[in-house]
Amino acid sequence: MLAYAVRRILVSVPILVIATFVVFVMVSLSGDPLSPLKTRNPPPPPQALALEAHRLHLDQPLLLRYWHWITGVTRGDFGPSVQSNQVIGPELIHRFLVTFRLIGLAMLLALVLAVLVGVISAVKQYSGTDYTFTFFGFLFLAMPSFWFAILLKEAGISFNDTVGNQVLFTIGDSSVYVDGGTWAHITDVLGHMILPTISLALLSFAAWSRFQRASMLEVLGSDYIRLARAKGLRRGPVLTRHALRTALIPLVTVTALDLGAIISGAIVTENVYQWRGAGSFLLESIQHDDAYAVAGWLLIAATFIILFNLAADLLYAVLDPRIRYA
Amino acid sequence: MPEREFTAPTRTQTQLVLRRFRQHRLAVASLIVLLALVLLAFVGGWWWKYSVADFTSDNSVPPSWQHPFGTDAAGRDTFAQVLRGTQISIGISVLVAVFATVVGTIWGTTAGYYRGRLDTVMMRIADLVLTLPLLAVAAVLGHNVGGSWWLIAVVIAGLYWAYVARVARGVVLSLREKEFVEAARALGASDARIIFGHLVPNAFGSIIVNATVLVSVAILLETALSYLGFGVRPPDTSLGLLVSDAQTAVDTRPWLFFFPGLFIILIALTINFIGDGLRDALDPQQTRVRR
Repeated sequence: MLAYAVRRILVSVPILVIATFVVFVMVSLSGDPLSPLKTRNPPPPPQALALEAHRLHLDQPLLLRYWHWITGVTRGDFGPSVQSNQVIGPELIHRFLVTFRLIGLAMLLALVLAVLVGVISAVKQYSGTDYTFTFFGFLFLAMPSFWFAILLKEAGISFNDTVGNQVLFTIGDSSVYVDGGTWAHITDVLGHMILPTISLALLSFAAWSRFQRASMLEVLGSDYIRLARAKGLRRGPVLTRHALRTALIPLVTVTALDLGAIISGAIVTENVYQWRGAGSFLLESIQHDDAYAVAGWLLIAATFIILFNLAADLLYAVLDPRIRYA
Repeated sequence: MPEREFTAPTRTQTQLVLRRFRQHRLAVASLIVLLALVLLAFVGGWWWKYSVADFTSDNSVPPSWQHPFGTDAAGRDTFAQVLRGTQISIGISVLVAVFATVVGTIWGTTAGYYRGRLDTVMMRIADLVLTLPLLAVAAVLGHNVGGSWWLIAVVIAGLYWAYVARVARGVVLSLREKEFVEAARALGASDARIIFGHLVPNAFGSIIVNATVLVSVAILLETALSYLGFGVRPPDTSLGLLVSDAQTAVDTRPWLFFFPGLFIILIALTINFIGDGLRDALDPQQTRVRR
């Protein structure tokens, strides 16, 4: 299994190189990062422009610039940023930590809800509960994430108004100034996370609960469940011990496959709640035509997705003894 | 009743498919709603008394007979805007589905038919595309190509073809071992004839179901992209852009926010149901077990 994992990681390296190269070229071709400087009034001296172009390696061909980015990755700074006051490497790590906080909690919430709802729907198939869950499942599947996030944000604001106190935070990932110790900081961060987490979670929840329902139904119809019931086991233990454990396995793969979509969802959610996370970093960098920063962003996001998928595949082999990787 | 066996009318493949689709009542209802929406957007837009560019003297009025969806702060009729946005959003997503399906089908069928090294390389490329967070890449490309709607469609299709390729390859992998393919090969049919004359038509059911679902996925991605400012840009409009413009007005002028949003949901929802019905009709093996 270790050999399999190592091989998978090695195969991913060219994928990462191609992906970052394509994005690097696309961003480099889309605009001149110096244009805000050039259109400034009064115009800056030509030496200043040349110096800035040199700092960004713009005086060198595209391939060489990509090479500077690669060496930048090995150094840890990911090359020079168009925004001269930021060092890409540390900034990226800081921003992604903020985003991973959101993604992790949202995925956890979505998984727990999806399993609960999926199992209940399957066990009570074609009941009122099942139809209600199905209705909301389809509704959330069709709902644009930003629309729902904005709606929830407004609901949070009016909730705060009714209570007369800032209970739910609707702007930013944390307060600029927090009075008190570590505990106050933690509750502040958590307070900011509530609404964005729900926004992000509900969208994956919709798809996953449908999936869990189908998977549970398939297991419930299988022979070994009928056997377990026939030999006199009670319904409860059969459902939880025999059926649920098997029905959970396929969800592992689906969760991993959806990670890209969740990161996309996080970009939108962060934008609505004005978080300074990885999403806003990406959007700012695209707007600045900052090829080094965008390629760096993609490298981290794609690496994370690849590793997560690998972990899911390995976990699948552990959970399902029939799967063996050679 | 042995007579019944002989007197039963023969049904063509098309009749069978239509019959199965009609049994899915939610899908039929969705189809009617969607057609009505499309008609409203593409035909109604021409007949409506206001156009997108008309600045009326009514600023920020709530929905009324004069303006069924109200107006924005500049006095533009929201109904006209939503119709225009629906045109653009539906146009983009249908184009995405067509592009992605054609490219993905050819890609996946070729990979699945030839197997071996070619298959490995082609599917590795598809995997590469599937690994990326699509919205991020679409934002980069959208920023690059500018705001024209069909270019946005090309960008989104350039990311979604890989899904179609996966599905098409999976179907073809099992089809290519079937006897009728062997028979065709024994008769001396060329590879192109086997692929386009035998494999693609037989994979058509799965492919068309996928294309339908793709329309609803694409409309959600397009609206998200336009919301972030990397999709359709002013002066043109899309449903995502309308929501984006209205996001600070949810409280004060809710009609600006809710109508475009409801249109997105309605389109995506009805397409999902139609896809469900099509799956039952075209691809009965794929239908989830009903007990």
